[in-house]
Amino acid sequence: MTAILFYIFATFLLAASLFVVLNRNPIYSVVALVFAFMNLAAMYFLLEAYFIGILQVLVYAGAIMVLFLFVVMLLNVQPDQPRPGLIHFDRWWYGLMGLIFVGLFLVLIGEGARLLLTSPAGEAVQIGGVDSVGEALFTHFLLPFEIASLLLTVALVGTVFLAKRRV
Amino acid sequence: MDTFEILVALIKVVAVFVAVILAVMVMTLAERRVAGFIQYRHGPNRVGPWGFLQPVADGIKFLLKEDIIPANVNLPIYLLAPAITMIPALTTFAVIPFGAPLEVAGRTVQLQVANINIGLLYILALTSVGVYGLVLAGWSSGSKYPLLGGLRSSAQLISYELAMGLAIIGVVMVSGGLTFNEIIAHQQATSWNFWKQPIAALVFLVAMYAETNRLPFDLTEAEQELVGGYHTEYSSFKFAMFFLSEYANMVTASAFMVCLFFGGWDIPFVDETQMGAWGVVLSVLVFIAKIGFFLFLYIWVRWTFPRFRYDQLMRLGWKVLLPLGLVNIFLVGLWMALKV
Repeated sequence: MTAILFYIFATFLLAASLFVVLNRNPIYSVVALVFAFMNLAAMYFLLEAYFIGILQVLVYAGAIMVLFLFVVMLLNVQPDQPRPGLIHFDRWWYGLMGLIFVGLFLVLIGEGARLLLTSPAGEAVQIGGVDSVGEALFTHFLLPFEIASLLLTVALVGTVFLAKRRV
Repeated sequence: MDTFEILVALIKVVAVFVAVILAVMVMTLAERRVAGFIQYRHGPNRVGPWGFLQPVADGIKFLLKEDIIPANVNLPIYLLAPAITMIPALTTFAVIPFGAPLEVAGRTVQLQVANINIGLLYILALTSVGVYGLVLAGWSSGSKYPLLGGLRSSAQLISYELAMGLAIIGVVMVSGGLTFNEIIAHQQATSWNFWKQPIAALVFLVAMYAETNRLPFDLTEAEQELVGGYHTEYSSFKFAMFFLSEYANMVTASAFMVCLFFGGWDIPFVDETQMGAWGVVLSVLVFIAKIGFFLFLYIWVRWTFPRFRYDQLMRLGWKVLLPLGLVNIFLVGLWMALKV
């Protein structure tokens, strides 16, 4: 039963992913990608990682892809003109900020990999529940978790800065 | 799974589906009758006694009307959009327990279609998928008003989803679980969450109106500005699908509210475990009555409040409800820390 369901979802997933890449209409791509995420979530469900599966739907299919769709739709309707002279700032600052961003990102990856490799073997059993994910995030993976939230805040501030014409 | 379990599961699925559809039918009538009452006129009262057969007449009309597909629509997406809206609207009710556990032939039957360990997140995830229906309907219609309606709906739903999630977090913190059964059991053991977290209940109530696109937040289908909003170009049964899912969403949202803050099927001051099967029946009736109150509130609000302006809507969502939700979480955390 599980194997049959896995093959069904996997087929849909692959077909949808191919459709995302191969067709030319961006809206179709977005819809197909949402469908692909749904199938991925179904595969998490088959692995009994319900929390991860629901997060896949809630975060990727539900939130991020809506923004994608939003952008694609707006671009389709009203082609965006590039605005010259948006930023008059010292270039060195941007270089420095970019370096810090990249550095934090590298630390994040390195730290995550190190913790993943050194984490006790017994933890993999009950992975994918709300309790286990939460506990791991707030104890063992606290530093990478906080760095990730900091990076997201930086990205948010940057987006607001770029989106506003006058800051 | 033996035959008994499969049979019970099938009965529950069919019963819940029929109940939601029936509730929607009653709502379409009640909306107009209550509107008539509020505006001191009659409303539809000709078809059947007190107009009770009006929803049936409407349904037949929806089925028999000509289905017009405008020339410059994007056909695949245009056809897909009503289905995307309808499926989440009808499936979210599956995780909501609608009565006390029933003892049948020595076994306990949960009155709930699916008891999954992340019931709350399931509803949030599916409602966030429902946004696609509105956005895609607006875009694929190839016309200005639906597009504006679709864009408004996506921004509105994403904004208010946050406030809704924050309101729920307070409830999850005190009850310590993400399933409705745990939340209801906690409320039975202590008191309804409404008395403990009125701020969260208020935030949730307001967000609930925005999430279901109802007045005073029905910016997505503001008739005076946008003709019909995202479903302007839809006719016949495709329009009926949007219409049905709007009401089905209202039923589910009311049930969600009742479960989170008003004890679900809990009967106040009565211990239903002493009454056997009658206690179960009573608990289901009490649950229906509670949902009925919130559905009535929906209609009441719709016919007595004016519509918000779009910038007011966004300001309310981001600058009032979101901070209120955070304050609630802080207060609940403080209370829990002091209590221990």
